[in-house]
Amino acid sequence: MSLEQFKNRNVGTQNYVKLDLDHAPTDAWSQFKQVVKRTFQPELFVGLGVTLREMMNSLFRGKSHTTQYPFEKLPVSPRYRAIHDMLRLMESGNYRCIGCGLCEKICISDCISMETKYDENQRKEVSEYTINFGRCIFCGYCAEVCPELAIVHGGRYENASEQRASFSLFEDLLTPIDQLNLQQEYAGFGAISPNADENIKSTPLAY
Amino acid sequence: MDATMLPEVTAAGVIIKAVLILAVIAAIAGFGTYIERKILAFMQRRLGPQHVGPFGLLQLAADGIKLFTKEDIIPQHANKFIFAIAPVITAATAFIALAAVPVFPGFTVPFTDIYVPSIASDINVGILFVLGMMAAGLYGPLLAGMAQSNKWGIIGSARTAIQFLSYEVVTGLSILAPIMLVGSLSFVDFNTYQTDGVWLVVYQPVAFILFLIAGFAETNRTPFDLLEHEAEIISGYVTEYSGMRWGLFFIGEYANMITIGVIASVVFLGGYNDFWFIPGWIMIIAKIAFSFFFMLWVRASWPHIRPDQLMWLCWKVLMPLAVINILITGLVIMI
Repeated sequence: MSLEQFKNRNVGTQNYVKLDLDHAPTDAWSQFKQVVKRTFQPELFVGLGVTLREMMNSLFRGKSHTTQYPFEKLPVSPRYRAIHDMLRLMESGNYRCIGCGLCEKICISDCISMETKYDENQRKEVSEYTINFGRCIFCGYCAEVCPELAIVHGGRYENASEQRASFSLFEDLLTPIDQLNLQQEYAGFGAISPNADENIKSTPLAY
Repeated sequence: MDATMLPEVTAAGVIIKAVLILAVIAAIAGFGTYIERKILAFMQRRLGPQHVGPFGLLQLAADGIKLFTKEDIIPQHANKFIFAIAPVITAATAFIALAAVPVFPGFTVPFTDIYVPSIASDINVGILFVLGMMAAGLYGPLLAGMAQSNKWGIIGSARTAIQFLSYEVVTGLSILAPIMLVGSLSFVDFNTYQTDGVWLVVYQPVAFILFLIAGFAETNRTPFDLLEHEAEIISGYVTEYSGMRWGLFFIGEYANMITIGVIASVVFLGGYNDFWFIPGWIMIIAKIAFSFFFMLWVRASWPHIRPDQLMWLCWKVLMPLAVINILITGLVIMI
């Protein structure tokens, strides 16, 4: 098979089949027939029926597409990349970050800045860690590169606040120590949404 | 037919009626916006207003406060006087038209002998007066669009002129056939003509459909809402209006919708006669409510048409049909 047929750029001169096009009327009689057909087709009333059916559905069967957003929220996919979370070790309660600096290095918008020092046990300690969310593009490289699964993306997508600093400090991102039992492990790339079952629709095939 | 049977209409009765019409219709016109939003929402599987008051009923008050407190902007190069009075023309003509329309059956105020007639002013050419007043309502959008020195306003007022003037013809011709049958221009005579329970729509189905289509065009409802269609001409003649001046256009439009509903009900659908066991005043309210609902229903269902299609429909389809209908009605009456 040659590639010649793919190099033909004369779109429209090939064997295209036009769908849904009636034959245009050529003489006065077929024009008249078209007018009569279009006049007495009940299309307009079918439309009225559809809207009335939908009104009955939403009035009496409670079928509505509205999510009343601040009061009810749709579940967020675990893969969603919102404001970061810094996780703790479940056993000791210490933060997982080992201060390796990989996230700072890989950050393509250069918005993570961290300072580390050695503590009394000669372990790396994070003395300062901020993410500038004015620059962050939420690409997820920092979470992907983290060897300890310490920095992950969380589901906190409501970013309105009185000051930018309320998101960006290490203490704000870190799981509060009294809520350690509620800390969720990152589900991993490829995880499905919690409401994935509801979103599955039956395949419209006849077999 | 025999008006001598009715009690004498005094000035007090007419004033009570006028206040009643103004209060009730203005309230309904405001309430209509709530109904419209709710019904459109349900038909599109949404919820509509629901946070202000129970079921969002007080949304009306919230909108009123918003309209009253908004800044009243008059553009720099606008003709200020005409710009200011144009919305008043729309609202005033809409309410003046309602003066000659039967809104409720006549009743006597309890404990007094003040008789409140069904029509505020029973002039014997009622239909002519109402249609004329609605035609005069054309000046509201026309002057508003021309006074505001805005190209969208100019296009909107040009569309107003062609649409209203063209469909006046269809309204007049379509309602001429029932007038020939009844032999009077008074709404009371139309009502008494249908007391035997056979509605005029049975004799004049074509005229009824033509009148309905033309009524949609004259009230600027959806298949023919070319005057202020956002996608094409921003807001047409109301582009530069804000606050309560804009609100007056809105009230006038809804009052016109009710007027069209009343005319359709009284002329074609049996008026305020008793129906089986249902008293007449419930029947007329039900009919007007249904015609109002029908306008919203159509708005939710159908797309709107192009200006050239509008003219095509008016002059090549509706007007010939109306003339043929009059011709056939005349022949039947002669034979």
